Amino acid sequence: MIINLAFDLFALILLASAVMVVSARNPVHSVLFLILAFINAAVLFLMAGAEFLAMVLVIVYVGAVAVLFMFVVMMLDVNFAQLREGFQRYAPIGALVAVILFVELALVVTGWTVAPGAAAARMFPTPEHITNAQALGSLIYTKYLVLFQLAGIILLVSMIGAIVLTHRDRRRGKQQNLDTQHTRLPADTLTMVSAKLGEGAAMPIGQEEQH
Amino acid sequence: MPVPLSHFLFVAGLLLVIGIFGIFMNRKNIIIIMMSIELILLAANLNFVAFSGALHDMVGQVFTMFVLTVAAAEAAIGLAILVIYFRNRGSIEVEDVTLMKG
Repeated sequence: MIINLAFDLFALILLASAVMVVSARNPVHSVLFLILAFINAAVLFLMAGAEFLAMVLVIVYVGAVAVLFMFVVMMLDVNFAQLREGFQRYAPIGALVAVILFVELALVVTGWTVAPGAAAARMFPTPEHITNAQALGSLIYTKYLVLFQLAGIILLVSMIGAIVLTHRDRRRGKQQNLDTQHTRLPADTLTMVSAKLGEGAAMPIGQEEQH
Repeated sequence: MPVPLSHFLFVAGLLLVIGIFGIFMNRKNIIIIMMSIELILLAANLNFVAFSGALHDMVGQVFTMFVLTVAAAEAAIGLAILVIYFRNRGSIEVEDVTLMKG
């Protein structure tokens, strides 16, 4: 009974913060409400029995993705008030689409039953007596190993892509340019001057501006 | 799972609808649009986990992990593109992105 109350409480906070994400005036507040929504979703994951994923949600989403959003919001010098133009104008059509979609979803959710053979068709029934992380690990490191590695490659590619996209090669001060150094020929830059005895070597007139 | 499945589905459906509503409301601000996409993916994850818990099947949680991976990659790439776009154009309004328009 108390878990139902707790579920209602956390679900309510989740939905309220989701509404605040899309309707807050200041995008920084949006990001903070997004963090709150993720934490409450993690609690709901816990209630559904996915402890490991709840922790992953907190670490990956709150710790990385939301902070990434925060960085970008704070880094970009954008006039956010200007970006809110049309907020009122699009509200009716947005609300209409949202209501229609929710009614459809509600019809789907209330109108289905579990097939009698569904329990037998499960691919990997949740093992008893071992922890959630252990069960998940025994699955992703054996049966889903290739997909797991592919997920890692996706993350690697996205990391490299983000770095390549945003990296700015700022050259401050003087630096060596190895290409110009190596392709420089003595004939282009060097002039042999035959100095007369006792007069010293002066640059011949007309050759000062050569280089 | 002590909480009935329909409660989870209701919350996830509402979360998805709020995300789509956010895309409609913030037509100009692409950062909020990306946060709305995160909310939609979170709703999908919530559905996966709820069904996984209700049917006692681990595969739902495995798939949730992959969705989390793709969502994180998408956020990173999207924000990187946003940053270089802002650097080049000085604006992130969605309606300014008309370079490809004839």
